[in-house]
Amino acid sequence: MNARLRWRKFVSNFMLTMTGVCALVSVAVLFFILGYLVYHGGASINWDFFTKLPAPVGESGGGMANAILGSAKLLLLATLFGVPIGFFGAIYLAEFSGSKVAFVVRYAADLLNGVPSIVIGIFAYSVAVQPFKHFSTFAGGFALGVMMIPITLRSTEQFLLGVPRTLREGAMALGASKWKTIATVVVPAAYRGILTAVLLAFARVAGETAPLLFTALGNRFWSNGWNEPTASLPVMIYNYALSPFEDWHRQAWAAGLVLLGLILVINIVARAILARGISVPRA
Amino acid sequence: MHASVRPAVSVNITPPVITGANRETAAPSEMRMTISKVNFWYGAKQTLFDISLGVATSKVTALIGPSGCGKSTLLRTLDRMHETVRNSRLEGEILLDGKNILDQDVTLLRRRVGMVFQRPNPFPKSIFENVAYGLRINGSKLPMAEAVEKSLRHAALWDEVKDHLHKSAYELSGGQQQRLCIARALAVEPEVLLLDEPCSALDPISTAKIEELLVQLKDLCTIVTVTHNMQQAARISDFTAFLLTGQLIEFSPTPQLFTKPTDARTEAYITGRFG
Amino acid sequence: MATTSTTVPSAGPFAGSRSFLARLREGDEIARLITLLFAASVVLITLLIVYELWQGSVLPRHKFGFAFLRTSVWDPNFDNFGALPFIFGTVVTSAVALFIAVPLGIGAAIFLAELAPARLSDALEFFIDLLAAVPSVIYGLLGIFIVVPIMRDVIQPALKNTLGFIPLFKGPAFGIGFLTAGIVLAIMVIPYIISVSREILLSVPRDQREAALALGSTRWESTWKVVVPFARTGIMGSIFLALARALGETMAVTMVIGNTPAIAASLFSPGDSIASVIANQFTEATGDLYTQSLIELGLVLFLLTFILNGLARLLILVTSQRGSAHA
Repeated sequence: MNARLRWRKFVSNFMLTMTGVCALVSVAVLFFILGYLVYHGGASINWDFFTKLPAPVGESGGGMANAILGSAKLLLLATLFGVPIGFFGAIYLAEFSGSKVAFVVRYAADLLNGVPSIVIGIFAYSVAVQPFKHFSTFAGGFALGVMMIPITLRSTEQFLLGVPRTLREGAMALGASKWKTIATVVVPAAYRGILTAVLLAFARVAGETAPLLFTALGNRFWSNGWNEPTASLPVMIYNYALSPFEDWHRQAWAAGLVLLGLILVINIVARAILARGISVPRA
Repeated sequence: MHASVRPAVSVNITPPVITGANRETAAPSEMRMTISKVNFWYGAKQTLFDISLGVATSKVTALIGPSGCGKSTLLRTLDRMHETVRNSRLEGEILLDGKNILDQDVTLLRRRVGMVFQRPNPFPKSIFENVAYGLRINGSKLPMAEAVEKSLRHAALWDEVKDHLHKSAYELSGGQQQRLCIARALAVEPEVLLLDEPCSALDPISTAKIEELLVQLKDLCTIVTVTHNMQQAARISDFTAFLLTGQLIEFSPTPQLFTKPTDARTEAYITGRFG
Repeated sequence: MATTSTTVPSAGPFAGSRSFLARLREGDEIARLITLLFAASVVLITLLIVYELWQGSVLPRHKFGFAFLRTSVWDPNFDNFGALPFIFGTVVTSAVALFIAVPLGIGAAIFLAELAPARLSDALEFFIDLLAAVPSVIYGLLGIFIVVPIMRDVIQPALKNTLGFIPLFKGPAFGIGFLTAGIVLAIMVIPYIISVSREILLSVPRDQREAALALGSTRWESTWKVVVPFARTGIMGSIFLALARALGETMAVTMVIGNTPAIAASLFSPGDSIASVIANQFTEATGDLYTQSLIELGLVLFLLTFILNGLARLLILVTSQRGSAHA
């Protein structure tokens, strides 16, 4: 083996090792994040955290019960608004539409997906806060719902399209009308993928803070009904982290752990559902 | 570089050619490569059984057989390309000029044993850079332009591309791209050139051009080609090996295999009764 | 003979006027219209966003025109608003982020696509996807409490001692600022670069790599000189996607950038990005001009990400077509 070849082989092994290091570093970040959250936040999670309201400024103690409930309400609204639009819109794209209309809708969905979340916040403010002159849970739910639409739509469409023709034709040959076929055969066949899509969209917006900053705003107390501003986990984390109080920092870590834990669990469950097998064998 | 020393005269005579079940031996000639009792597994499945044959220097050897018989697998062991696939396992000996290729450095081996693939696969570079690639990575001190021209001439492509050397290789037709791939392989002056069904993706005219080319090239290097086209094998090769389900059934000089095959299965294949 | 009549719901405005056959399909027609409505609402919402951004910024657009993009003064007290410091901040932090994330990300993608056995590659990809799911505010949390102290106590002093003669690394260093925000951003966009680049590399036809190997290349040579160039357009696309993501990142950046509209040569300087100034000042903005100037910033951000995303998708499309189209 001459010197040049030896050098080339050395370079090859060296560079390939470096790429492995890159991959390792990238993945290690995840574990660092989890590690720090567990370390700093784990000790602070207690019963109070889940049940008490925030204590007055400067006092220690208290919890984030209102934020947890607030996030739940916001996510419920978001799902009720965003998922049907995404779902039925996808059915239109996959089952009824012509290619021109489909192109426009898909393009709009992709565009919507790329809009920065702060801009969605501005939009929701203009549409759901300004005309009514106050911040509300509705507005926050609306903002998050808008963000859920494109994810739900594109994924659902893909899974619906993945259902083989033969299945639809079988149903229609038995006399089922088109919408009956969709409702009783196509959608059930694609349910795994659709469920995954909804879960992933849900997990995505669960952590969003920016759109809530000028829609749901925040609240140090319980938010009554749906028309008042409300606290939410992400916004609490933001506010507490930036505050000068040690105790609030501690609580921010705890909230971070709860939030990330929830999001990661949903992600893992969603992927597990999908990995268990596409509901229908690909044609 | 060895190009000017062809045709090789005395080379280590390796064990004489052995056929499968039949006793016919080829006329003794210098063997550029010798395959000895090669067994090959992909995962748990064995796909080559006890293959032994010799590749004669400066001759064209064809590997024929029905789909799945292992001819491509066998070809790919000759430059250890099988190692790019996980789960593959090889047992036996493959000698190049008397030395086992499995013990040598694989990068060096592949410079000496080149390969042309079934579908033309030029790099997304210019025609010139495609041919120059092998020279550049080996740090060749030759003037690049001359070396590229030489290879393109050997591949019978020079006249068609000499004014367009810096155009993208993808602007060439299928047949031209395949000849470019041959030029690319020839640029590093291999001792053996392996071709895996080089014409199966091409039209008849391009096929004829390449067949003509291969016959001329054997003065330059030893050729081993896999083909599913028996007439092609009959036209261009000096020796033919017939494989069936991973076994070497018969290996003889081409005229003999096609007119007086010794195994009934060979006869059945070449008369088109199966495959 | 149509004696067996399916009960067709008589809902629908055309129940009486349609032919028998059409009425049979009415259930379908209704379904089509309903789903069309939902699909159309997606387009409607998107158009509405553009409209609101445009309308909502009418005051500053008329008052400042294009000078808005060039002015570096942001003074709410005197109703003078210019976007330049925020454009600057956005560009600088994104540039720092890409500078770090692109080599790391592409390196990792190469490892996953070319080297790692399939199982390992899939497992690592799983973790990378989880990383992409971590919300911005959590990165911000870690940014404030972990990255900033490390920057302030370790990295920034080290940079000052070694490279302090370069203007980039001069000036007081408090741990926050452009460099820190850029680093946090880099961590956030790496997963996107890895996922997309990995897929693109995996889609490069096998025989390209094999041809390179067959000519006696080492593994690195075949990867770097043949496979990566083949995929380079798509990889560019993944970088654009990551950049689009970085531009719109709000929370993590806001928490570590320092929130000062400053244009400075030093990476240690605090600054502001478009997204973070909107997040900070929107609810405090008094007066229409102030609020609408922030909305105009939102419009600028929207346009930037729109263009980048469009380019990115185009590039990725071109690569995937080339893979199947050649020869």
